[in-house]
Amino acid sequence: MTPASPRRAAVLGGNRIPFARQFGPYAKASNQDMFTAALEGLVARHGLAGERLGEVVGGAVIKHSRDFNLTREAVLGSSLAPQTTAYDVQQACGTGLENAILVSNKIKLGQIESGIAGGVDTSSDAPIMVSEKLRRKLLRLNRGRTTLDMAKGVLAIRPGDIGIETPANTEPRTGLSMGEHMAITAKKWGITREAQDQLAAASHQNLAAAYDRGFFDDLMTSYLGLAKDQNLRPDSSVEKLAALRPVFGKGENATMTAGNSTPLTDGASAVLLGSEEWAAEHHLPVQAWFVDGEVAAVDYVHGDEGLLMAPAYAVPRLLARNGLTLQDFDYYEIHEAFASTVLSTLKAWEDEEFCTERLGLEKPLGPIDRSRLNVNGSSLAAGHPFAATGGRIVATLAKMLHEKGPGSRGLISICAAGGQGVVAILEGA
Amino acid sequence: MAFTYGQLVSGGVGKQLATTLGLPRPARLRRHQLGGSLVPGAVLVAGHGDAPVAERVRHLLEDAGVQVASLPSTSVVGVVLDLTAIETPADLETLRSVLGPALRTLAPTGRVIVVGRPPEGTGSVSQAAARRSLEGVVRSVGKEMRAGGTANLVLVDDGADAGVDATVRFLLSGRSAYVSGQVFHVGRPVGELVAPADWDQPLAGKVAVVTGAARGIGAAIADTLARDGATIIAVDVPAAGGPLAEVANRLSGTALQLDVTAEDAGARIVEHAQARHGGFDIVVHNAGITRDKLLANTDADRWDAVLQVNLLSILRMNEALVPAIREGGHIVHISSIAGIAGNRGQSHYAASKAGVIGMTQALAADDAVLAKGITVNAVAPGFIETEMTAAVPFATREIGRLTNSLSQGGQPVDVAETIGYFAWDANRAVTGNVVRVCGQMLLGA
Ligand SMILES: NC(=O)c1ccc[n+]([C@@H]2O[C@H](COP(=O)([O-])OP(=O)(O)OC[C@H]3O[C@@H](n4cnc5c(N)ncnc54)[C@H](O)[C@@H]3O)[C@@H](O)[C@H]2O)c1
Repeated sequence: MTPASPRRAAVLGGNRIPFARQFGPYAKASNQDMFTAALEGLVARHGLAGERLGEVVGGAVIKHSRDFNLTREAVLGSSLAPQTTAYDVQQACGTGLENAILVSNKIKLGQIESGIAGGVDTSSDAPIMVSEKLRRKLLRLNRGRTTLDMAKGVLAIRPGDIGIETPANTEPRTGLSMGEHMAITAKKWGITREAQDQLAAASHQNLAAAYDRGFFDDLMTSYLGLAKDQNLRPDSSVEKLAALRPVFGKGENATMTAGNSTPLTDGASAVLLGSEEWAAEHHLPVQAWFVDGEVAAVDYVHGDEGLLMAPAYAVPRLLARNGLTLQDFDYYEIHEAFASTVLSTLKAWEDEEFCTERLGLEKPLGPIDRSRLNVNGSSLAAGHPFAATGGRIVATLAKMLHEKGPGSRGLISICAAGGQGVVAILEGA
Repeated sequence: MAFTYGQLVSGGVGKQLATTLGLPRPARLRRHQLGGSLVPGAVLVAGHGDAPVAERVRHLLEDAGVQVASLPSTSVVGVVLDLTAIETPADLETLRSVLGPALRTLAPTGRVIVVGRPPEGTGSVSQAAARRSLEGVVRSVGKEMRAGGTANLVLVDDGADAGVDATVRFLLSGRSAYVSGQVFHVGRPVGELVAPADWDQPLAGKVAVVTGAARGIGAAIADTLARDGATIIAVDVPAAGGPLAEVANRLSGTALQLDVTAEDAGARIVEHAQARHGGFDIVVHNAGITRDKLLANTDADRWDAVLQVNLLSILRMNEALVPAIREGGHIVHISSIAGIAGNRGQSHYAASKAGVIGMTQALAADDAVLAKGITVNAVAPGFIETEMTAAVPFATREIGRLTNSLSQGGQPVDVAETIGYFAWDANRAVTGNVVRVCGQMLLGA
């Protein structure tokens, strides 16, 4: 049964800046710059200049220590009332969707009337860290009081200490990259190269068609001369993708290429949520209801489950709580971290053994109608600035459901580093 | 920004040189400021015969706290001359004897407003000749004005005198800084003339749609209408979304990203305006493009692109907008000097902008439009300093700046002010007008 919630939380609209490839047009833009731009577009579209919102929740996965108050700083740099509160969340690639869950929960509880959930990430303007040894020595040097202390401190630094580290897409506990983790899962589920390339080509073609229809006219704001996702290749095809060399996995199992894995990108997104009353007062049509969300985590460290398989666990829990089956949806938005992530997840839900033994269900969740999957493209085509993906998907799906009509339903599934998965249900209004 | 002629001659050696050679030196124009008075000085009001409009203007000025003078002096900054009662060219002597001496002492940024009746409105050949003479005089006076002064003619239909106030106000004020040598036509009002409670907020409570609002003249129109009290719906293409958001947010308006050439552009504007603002009162069709090329080298795509954005899209959008705009609303189109005089390399642009004039006049006379009391007017900018004109080659650009009576390019705000005037509810007697905002450019004058 749908959990009895005190009142409903509405998705009122969204905005993002086009996603740019690493070291592309946003190379010099900071997370704060990009998130502010995403907020400004949202504020302009919804006429919120000078408005005090309940809260703005943002965050970034790759973050400078000086950005300890990233979202609040972005709010202060925006046209929103400076009295709008803000905080940061960091839950890897699940950040954006988790933020939407948090804001909608507060709205449902009556703690706030309105809020913005979003996220931002830069892979270009990344923080640089020095080696751990050097860091400790520099801290000691900084504590020195006398010239002698300082001289000693400087002399203590050895050539071997010098070296810089940039944040990597590597799991700290396994030392494996996300792609390497995914390659293990893809092999386990027997996901073919061809199936991955098909999914990737469809992502590009669907995203391109959505642009052509003007679907993104009210979901995006141009930024630094970019008006479309830079990664998009409208002419992408299975044949072209087949020519790429694998980058993850080994031998016959090397099915993952740069074409069917998401590239590193820069970008930001934001979604406006509110209570029904607040929406009416502000003359904002409700696009969709944020029905419910769920988060799961798996033990990938000990090899019990694949790193990116947590959504496979979160979805059945969410379905059960809401009395729905996997087939009860008009649209499925499954984040394409890798084409094989989507395919492994779908395969798991169709698998008797996985569903009964792992999920504790009586029978498999079953297949989905693939023509309802990522119909306006997803991360393979658009790119995936980690914390910005949730906002992109929520805004896109809400608009699709609004076009589909009241009562239509959509499912969101996003995998995240650290073996977590964030999922949610939206209903058309 | 490149070094300009205006900068050169405004100081030092350049100024000396310009004075010696008798080159024009651009004056600083008097532009509208919030809370500023109508005119910074006295206004000389005179007329021929019983001069009914002069009487109105005297009352208007007195109510606004402006001193009315009956003799020329250096404190006079404006002259309003009512020649509605002239009967033969011999009566023009009144104009010479009043205006001549007044021009000698008129203060800088002075205003000359001659009021007459349309030549078409009389059965008398001699009276028609006299009435038409006024246009020749005023256009010449515009060229003789010094120090940023302007001269304009207002033709008022018989029995339509009440509608003249808005135009006199506009022409005396800083809002008309770059408007000179123009003929305004005041007819019977299409709806009730409603003066605003506060002349600094003439658009208070109104909702205005401005297309092409992300930059240039469109952004200035949005700024100006918002300054005058309107709520702005700023429209531009999605690719201009970033700057568009900036405009919408600084004005506390809303941004609507769409290509005006889209089939459903009008419907989407209506939907946005009704859902978000409960309707709209003012539409300014400002979005426009240039794709300059000699006609001999213009292919069908280039031709079509210009006509689509500048003319066809507006025709299409108006079909959706006219039924939806509130009664007593105002529609403003943007034509261009090129649409009047033609321009080398701009046959398609001129076609579109001349078409805008035809569309304006026909729509203003349309039954459905008249039934709703809507005014439809056009501005035809001359050389205005924007990114569009910054792309023009240097020499051509300097010529554009200088070949007008005010010896300078206009600012986007100058175009915007005229649009604002067209959108006043006090100005429902002006419709079907095409007013050039060009500093009395020589082209097509
Ligand atoms: N600058 C001048 O001297 C001058 C002179 C005469 C007339 N005009 C006219 O004034 C208007 C504004 O000119 P400007 O100088 O500010 O130009 P501009 O190029 O600086 O701005 C035009 C704006 O219109 C927008 N636009 C273009 N095509 C559009 C479309 N299909 N849908 C929505 N928006 C679109 C652009 O994105 C841009 O923001 C135009 O109609 C132009 O023809 C300008």
